[in-house]
Amino acid sequence: MKTALAVKDLSHSYGRRSVLNAVSFSVQEGEFFIIIGPNGSGKTTLVRTISGSLRPQRGQTEILGCPIGSYSGKALARSVAVVTQTPPADIPFTVAEVVLMGRSPHLSLLAVEKRKDLQLAERAMSFTNVQHLAGRRLDQLSAGERQRVFVARAICQQPRIIVLDEPTASLDLAHQIHVMDLLERLRMDEKITIIMVSHDLNLAAMYADRLLLLKAGGVVSLGKPEEVLTFQTLERAYGCVLLVDENPVKKVPRVTLVPNSIMQAGFRSLTGQ
Amino acid sequence: MKATAPHAYPILKRILAVSLLLGLLLIISAFLGLSMGSSEQNIRQILAVLAGHADQYPTLSSIVWRIRLPRVLLAALVGATLSLGGLVFQALLRNPLAEPYIMGISGGSAVGAIIGILLGMSPFPGVAFFAFAGSMATLLLVLLIASTRSAMKKETLILAGVMVNAFCASVIMFLISLTQDSRLHNILFWLMGDLSMSNTHQTLMLMVALLPCFTVLFLLARPMNILLMGEEMAANMGVDVRLIPLVLLLVTSFMVSIVVCHTGLLGFVGLVMPHLLRLLFGPDHRLLVPACILGGAAYLILCDLLARSLPSQGEMPVGVITAMVGAPLFILLLRRSRQ
Repeated sequence: MKTALAVKDLSHSYGRRSVLNAVSFSVQEGEFFIIIGPNGSGKTTLVRTISGSLRPQRGQTEILGCPIGSYSGKALARSVAVVTQTPPADIPFTVAEVVLMGRSPHLSLLAVEKRKDLQLAERAMSFTNVQHLAGRRLDQLSAGERQRVFVARAICQQPRIIVLDEPTASLDLAHQIHVMDLLERLRMDEKITIIMVSHDLNLAAMYADRLLLLKAGGVVSLGKPEEVLTFQTLERAYGCVLLVDENPVKKVPRVTLVPNSIMQAGFRSLTGQ
Repeated sequence: MKATAPHAYPILKRILAVSLLLGLLLIISAFLGLSMGSSEQNIRQILAVLAGHADQYPTLSSIVWRIRLPRVLLAALVGATLSLGGLVFQALLRNPLAEPYIMGISGGSAVGAIIGILLGMSPFPGVAFFAFAGSMATLLLVLLIASTRSAMKKETLILAGVMVNAFCASVIMFLISLTQDSRLHNILFWLMGDLSMSNTHQTLMLMVALLPCFTVLFLLARPMNILLMGEEMAANMGVDVRLIPLVLLLVTSFMVSIVVCHTGLLGFVGLVMPHLLRLLFGPDHRLLVPACILGGAAYLILCDLLARSLPSQGEMPVGVITAMVGAPLFILLLRRSRQ
């Protein structure tokens, strides 16, 4: 299996504040890879270096075996599509127009979208179940619908890798599972590598092949969900006590928050942890 | 807004349909602009002159071709440029209040022009040159203020432009307060925008300079669409978010400057025509660039026609008409679209 993304010794700081500190890891093609970690751990900065929006001060990023600097903007967009944390909401374009914009890295300056591009947009819209919204304007959609539109836009870009920054953060439960299932299907059917940032450890555990746990810009743990999501590792990374047991629907760890009042009532002796 | 979903039609057909519609409007406006004016004539004579039978009506022919044609052409070019300028700045700065003068061009060119007028220069090339120099100087100043090490922030650009314009406005007031003779009238006409100084040679020169600018902006229409999605997302879709905004900014400022130095500060067209056309045809810039060129041209020809035919003697500055007609029209459309 080939390497989709290789990050070597990546460091970056904003002013004096260091946000990434010698981060190294690689992601295989077709992998579902989820980056977790507390606020300010450098997740979004890491995503921005992968998408080419940010040039890190030190270290290398290789996409599909080539250094990221060797790609032109358009060539990179043909390999990596990004769904940002807060996609624009107040744009008066229709859903179909937004999804079709995903074709632009494949088109020259003068070219217009051809039948093939329209078909790809249709397909992307039906994949994310937004085809019934095609004629609706983006500013008339709910947050969940809009998120699915931007995922469709990323699919329409026909990339090898899709990078998502907390795509489920503002969604209700049904939409969360819908987006995650969708990404899972993309990975299975289209062999697209999925790299995503998430705050939801339980969703991450159920879908990820591997997890990367960041804290203060450094790698705390990297591996399969059952290797990363342990009581000790999580307490070290998040600085709070979490209960870890087995998820009843899938053989992966399940993480539960413990309120302070229960902690004081002798939670430790109760569970033996 | 519209009953049919825009995505149902391929973009080329929509561009063609909108261009044909507005092109027709432009031809009608141009015809009206050529045929109506202060001198007495009937429609048959006009048609004969327009058909090329100049020898039958030598006086009328000379009025139509030597006086009215350059004026109609100038109005068309100015209307197109200002509408397009407003469109680009509204997209680039993602601010609905952006207008073609937002980069400080109005203030700088006005100071330049007023100095030219006070020095007793002729409108062309003297005052025009001073106005152009003034606008380029303020543009440079605004870019200098707004540029930081990393990149240009759109809020900083807007603020810098507004501040430079405000500073220039005080200089303008100062210069006006010092002026009491007939030059005051020239200054006020310049500040309100005036198309009466047109001549054929000058207008053709303007056209040669403007057409390449229009072409560049049309070619950048799709990147402009994508820039609306925000810089980060545009970059992720392969748009060069440093180069393309800079090209848009410089080309637009240049074309607005060369227009302003010929005609003065024609207000309102550049602010409202893009909004009006966006309400009618949607947000796609591949459609809006040609729509602004054709629609803006037609609109200013008609406004200029009113400006020179409404007063029984002389004429009023066309800048008075553009807002007087345009503002109510826009408010009407805005209310319609909200329902």
